[in-house]
Amino acid sequence: MKIKILVLAIFYLIGSFNLSNAANSEKVDQISKNLRCLICQGQSVYDSQSDFALSMKILIQKKIDEGKNDEQIYDFLKSKYGEWIVYDPEINKNTVLLWVLPLILFVFGGLLIFRKVSIK
Amino acid sequence: MVKNIKLITVVFLVIVSFFILLKGLNKTNNYSPKLNSSKIDFNFKAKFLYSDEESTLYELINDKDYSIINIWASWCLPCREEHPFLLNLKSLDKLNIIGINYKDKEINAKKFIKELGNPYSKIVVDPSGVNSIELGAYGVPETILINNNSKTILKKYIGPLDNKKLDELKIIIKNEN
Repeated sequence: MKIKILVLAIFYLIGSFNLSNAANSEKVDQISKNLRCLICQGQSVYDSQSDFALSMKILIQKKIDEGKNDEQIYDFLKSKYGEWIVYDPEINKNTVLLWVLPLILFVFGGLLIFRKVSIK
Repeated sequence: MVKNIKLITVVFLVIVSFFILLKGLNKTNNYSPKLNSSKIDFNFKAKFLYSDEESTLYELINDKDYSIINIWASWCLPCREEHPFLLNLKSLDKLNIIGINYKDKEINAKKFIKELGNPYSKIVVDPSGVNSIELGAYGVPETILINNNSKTILKKYIGPLDNKKLDELKIIIKNEN
């Protein structure tokens, strides 16, 4: 009986240890999914197993341990590698069309529907 | 009326996509290595290759007016090719060459230096690659020219050095003051 309890306790400890470890790396996953792996075409840092991506993941973990929040980590990487590293493009004169076009199409489509309905 | 709107929509979409594609043709969509800031406003600690002591980045780029940080590894073939160019740069008085040994085995790194000569005044190791990432590196080899006084990155080369880059580096160092 005692042995059973001991075994259970050990498993419990291992489990909780893994869980507390996983909490942080989940955060790394979350951030690295939003980062473009710059040396591999069409992959995120999360997906890639390249040296660059592996180091990047360690760095993100390090930054999290230092108490940096998501925004600070993204800003840090943007200042190092330029805006291209994040998948989320900022609004500037090159990307304004990208952001505005869906809105224009939405309004246009709405107008079409409105016309159709009011004609009926 | 409805027919008209359909026609206008199609024409509008065609024109818009035409201009988007035209713009896309003229623009290279590779990553832009342009940096938001070239200031070295960070620091890291790294262990020396030839001793167990550690040094910070600021301490490393303390000597002389300029530093070249060269990221290399013994397993990297282009590093072997660029090595003579680094040895060539060693003769410049104002310049201090620092090696960052990237994701390498120490024994192989030492063998590499023994075989090809040592252009570096200091070599630190970066087994996890994190320090190189802090410097904004993509991989090996990579060469970064730093003004030690203003702590700014003057020039960055991704890939091995060659004759052209060597001349360029020398001109930058000559003209900076």
